[in-house]
Amino acid sequence: MINQREILETLNMIDNQHLDIRTITMGISLRSCAHPDAKICAQRMYDKITKYAENLVKTGEDLEREMGIPIINKRISVTPIAIAAEACETEDYSIFARAMDDAAKACGVNFIGGFSALVQKGFTIGDRRLIASIPEALATTDFVCSSVNVGSTKAGINMDAVKLMGETIKRAAYITRDRDGFGCAKLVVFCNAVEDNPFMAGAFHGVGEPECAINVGVSGPGVVYNALKEVKGEPFHVVSETIKKTAFKITRMGQLMASEASKRLGAEFGIVDLSLAPTPAVGDSVARILEEMGIEVCGTHGTTAALALLNDAVKKGGVMASSSVGGLSGAFIPVSEDEGMIAAAEKGVLTLDKLEAMTCVCSVGLDMIAVPGDTSAETISAIIADEAAIGMINNKTTAVRIIPAPGKSVGDSIEMGGLLGTAPVMPVHGEGSVDFIHRGGRIPAPLNSLRN
Amino acid sequence: MNAIITVVGKDKVGIMAGVCNTLQTVNVNILDISQTVLHNNIFTMNMLVDISCANVGYDKIVDALNDEGERLGVSIRIQREEVFDAMHKI
Repeated sequence: MINQREILETLNMIDNQHLDIRTITMGISLRSCAHPDAKICAQRMYDKITKYAENLVKTGEDLEREMGIPIINKRISVTPIAIAAEACETEDYSIFARAMDDAAKACGVNFIGGFSALVQKGFTIGDRRLIASIPEALATTDFVCSSVNVGSTKAGINMDAVKLMGETIKRAAYITRDRDGFGCAKLVVFCNAVEDNPFMAGAFHGVGEPECAINVGVSGPGVVYNALKEVKGEPFHVVSETIKKTAFKITRMGQLMASEASKRLGAEFGIVDLSLAPTPAVGDSVARILEEMGIEVCGTHGTTAALALLNDAVKKGGVMASSSVGGLSGAFIPVSEDEGMIAAAEKGVLTLDKLEAMTCVCSVGLDMIAVPGDTSAETISAIIADEAAIGMINNKTTAVRIIPAPGKSVGDSIEMGGLLGTAPVMPVHGEGSVDFIHRGGRIPAPLNSLRN
Repeated sequence: MNAIITVVGKDKVGIMAGVCNTLQTVNVNILDISQTVLHNNIFTMNMLVDISCANVGYDKIVDALNDEGERLGVSIRIQREEVFDAMHKI
């Protein structure tokens, strides 16, 4: 039998250190739902999602009970709607968002992702219609998440799309202004988006994916934080080893849950996403891990190095624990969802510029950041362009999920509720980037040799 | 199918008897027990059990153990053995 110490260690992780499975996400292909009539197409989408995901929530709850490990979210991702709905003769794609929302409610999941378009090299008719429908779709649904991929290492950056997304984010904030621009919390702009991401708001079921797959995201910043408390003052190779061992244990839980869930749901086992995903709960923060390494406040000098070590060690530990690793796999730094990040931003130590530097060494990007409501569309586009450039050059996924909080300015904060947390409004540079953004066109794909 | 039962709480007479009786009622077979009392009064027990011949579903076993835990004033939980194997064995 497993020894008592090991049993108690596992229970302690669950009870006191927030070890949980962050999400079980079912990816469903909607490519078979195409029909010229939008109403029929939307109905087909609803029918297919509710058929495939009918038992998703129940299976998740059964597993929680049997294994004794909480599964925080059960979610669905679908084929990018710009592809699935492209055959439809309609301008307004929000009908599909409503079908997704209804299906999510019928299945009992708390988010559904895939109101998405992939436009890194250019727009199709469907892509343009989808992007035009995003603000309305986010405002009129509860659970639908949207994402747009505007760049990739192979294609470069579509600067027309970057400009358009700045405007789209402003519009989404405006029409959800009664809820502090909540629509923007469900909208991600990517570079090098991954096709098997289980995490929201950026999840979609990519075109190379099977009919139906189960992707699992693990969590566990609290477990890593507590493990590091045991090696106070030790050199970095000890820190790295400790994180690796901890990440291995956390990921094994994800692997077990993913294989059980896919077996029971008759879906393919997709991937385990090795991410440290924080929550606003005290003791479940990535920022506090960095501070435990010796950084006084997250965002000060040394933060990027600490994060680089953390991110790399999590991957090294996790990759052996799972038969199939994918998704975003890295430490997340969503400001509003991380108690330590919120505190650091409120102190003014963690700034947008430092966050941008941090995104060079971790997944994913500028995430859940509130900026003043009067920030211009061009400035938001320029922030997206910077982030996309980091992703493009470094062969990694980067993203921007930013909320220009209507009527708010630096010093205020916005309340998103639940796992989305509280976002202090952070300052942006006042100098404009208007002429830069209005050039349009494409930033060419980068050279992949002579790397310096 | 095996599961691990963990019992933690203030030591008193009858904890072992209560848990074993509950398991007998639902026809769960005990394979191994490791038990100790920490710091003179914290009762800690891990039990490996076989639930494949249980006469009720998994949910009912959980409920029966929860009820017994409440009666005894200790925490009793049951989890599939795979959870611990996954985390601690390569």
